[in-house]
Amino acid sequence: MNSTIKDRVFDVVSVRESFPILSKKVNGKTLVYLDSGATAQKPQTVIDAVDNYYRNQNANIHRGVHTLSQDVTVAYENARATIQNYLNAKYPHEIIFTSGTTESINLVASSLGKKFVQAGDEIIISAMEHHSNILPWQVVCEEKGAVLKVIPISEKGEILLEEYKKLLSSKTKMVAITHISNTLGTINPVKQIVELAHEKGIPVLIDGAQAVPHQKVDVQGLDADFYCFSGHKLFGPTGVGILYGKEKWLNELPPYKVGGGTIKTVTFEKTVYADLPLKFEAGTPHIAGGIGLAAAIDYVNSIGLENIKEYEKELLHYATEKLSAISGLKIIGNAKEKASVISFVIEGLHPLDIGTILDKLGIAVRTGHHCTQPLMEFYCIPGTVRASFAFYNTKEEIDLLIAGIEKAVKMLK
Amino acid sequence: MTIEETEKEITEEFELFGDEWEGKYEHLIDLGRSLPMIDVTYKTDDKLIKGCQSKVWLHSEMKDGKVIFTADSDAIITKGIVALMIRVLSNHTPDEIINAQLGFIDKVGLKEHLSPTRANGLVSMIKQMKMDSLAYKTKNI
Repeated sequence: MNSTIKDRVFDVVSVRESFPILSKKVNGKTLVYLDSGATAQKPQTVIDAVDNYYRNQNANIHRGVHTLSQDVTVAYENARATIQNYLNAKYPHEIIFTSGTTESINLVASSLGKKFVQAGDEIIISAMEHHSNILPWQVVCEEKGAVLKVIPISEKGEILLEEYKKLLSSKTKMVAITHISNTLGTINPVKQIVELAHEKGIPVLIDGAQAVPHQKVDVQGLDADFYCFSGHKLFGPTGVGILYGKEKWLNELPPYKVGGGTIKTVTFEKTVYADLPLKFEAGTPHIAGGIGLAAAIDYVNSIGLENIKEYEKELLHYATEKLSAISGLKIIGNAKEKASVISFVIEGLHPLDIGTILDKLGIAVRTGHHCTQPLMEFYCIPGTVRASFAFYNTKEEIDLLIAGIEKAVKMLK
Repeated sequence: MTIEETEKEITEEFELFGDEWEGKYEHLIDLGRSLPMIDVTYKTDDKLIKGCQSKVWLHSEMKDGKVIFTADSDAIITKGIVALMIRVLSNHTPDEIINAQLGFIDKVGLKEHLSPTRANGLVSMIKQMKMDSLAYKTKNI
């Protein structure tokens, strides 16, 4: 492995040493983890932060007068500030802790739907959305008698911007779109998508679950109204995620869940809700998760998003080239702008069979529809094999993937 | 042959491969290939057992007091395991099928394919085989 790392933008060997799980054996083979799009592995610093929280910091936040509670409240709010900086949000209270991208989208869909959506209104999504960015809007549309409009994509897997423009109208109440497709890897032109919506005064929610681990996201630069992501795809703990919302929008929206922590005063007649961000953070949150997520961001920043982007681009290029050379293999999603996610099918073979053989070789990939069934229908396939790379992956691992696929083809054909 | 005897036969067949996964899976793939296809007229949505990823079609009929199963799958490894299930359970009485323990799956080292979280439809298929048998039994009573 050492021979090829010299020219790399950072030392991948020492990076890999920070991730304890990467030296694990699976089925007797050293793990080749190519499923970071589903969930990313955790560096030691994140594991330590979570461990330290339970060992030394555990108390409930925003409540107690005692020292532990006050100290951990500071730690949790520092974590919020770390996330604010990561996204370049204007205020810390624009960062809402949730359980993940799914809950973030549900929050916006539910609260916005309640207050702003009426019968005959329209909500725009795209054909490449994850089910998590389809279902919450479908529910709103069913409840309110609104209509879900879908931006079509090209065969390559790119949004058809001209079609999008045609869909925007005075009836549109929201545009909800993924920043990077979890299945195709397509990086959508979200800045342009936001601009076009804003010309008509329409807010935009961006599902950033697949984007934040790979590239710098600047919510002010994008002028996004809402931006969502999950901690676990960003090398942080599971069960914690973020909703960024512009202050004016978060102030406009009614609370999603209510309960402890979301109030100023409660009487049986009337409740006055707390200011942001607590208005949207009912109940005791995943404190260890928030602190762990901040540790993950510190780790990513220590490597540098620019370095990560450059290195992953190299991996993507290498893998694309190698995979394309396999006879009968077809890459699904060939957008010009792509993140390090590759979906593919092999003629005559079921993705599940390929994934099963790869697993036996210690190679972890994802197979199936990737929670994007409408997209599978578009391509007329039952599913794909998806390899998704993070900055801890190497070209050597891609070589092992290629050898594994060749073996699977030999066995299965 | 009783269900237990067939299970024993399969276990011995797989023991030849020892801990070596490759031979075992090649055998499974061969079994999948050799499984007589389900009659196309039965390869319909109402015979479909939905896994999240691979599909399994299962048809059953009662013949001389015994349940006959035919099946198919779009994934070959799944189909191999389907073939094993049919070899074990088909052509037995409803009672024998309902009471089958199917410990051989664990013994031959294919347990991972039968975990409830596995998205291949096999757990649902076994359940369906037992449900069908129960239905035939109830009809006869």
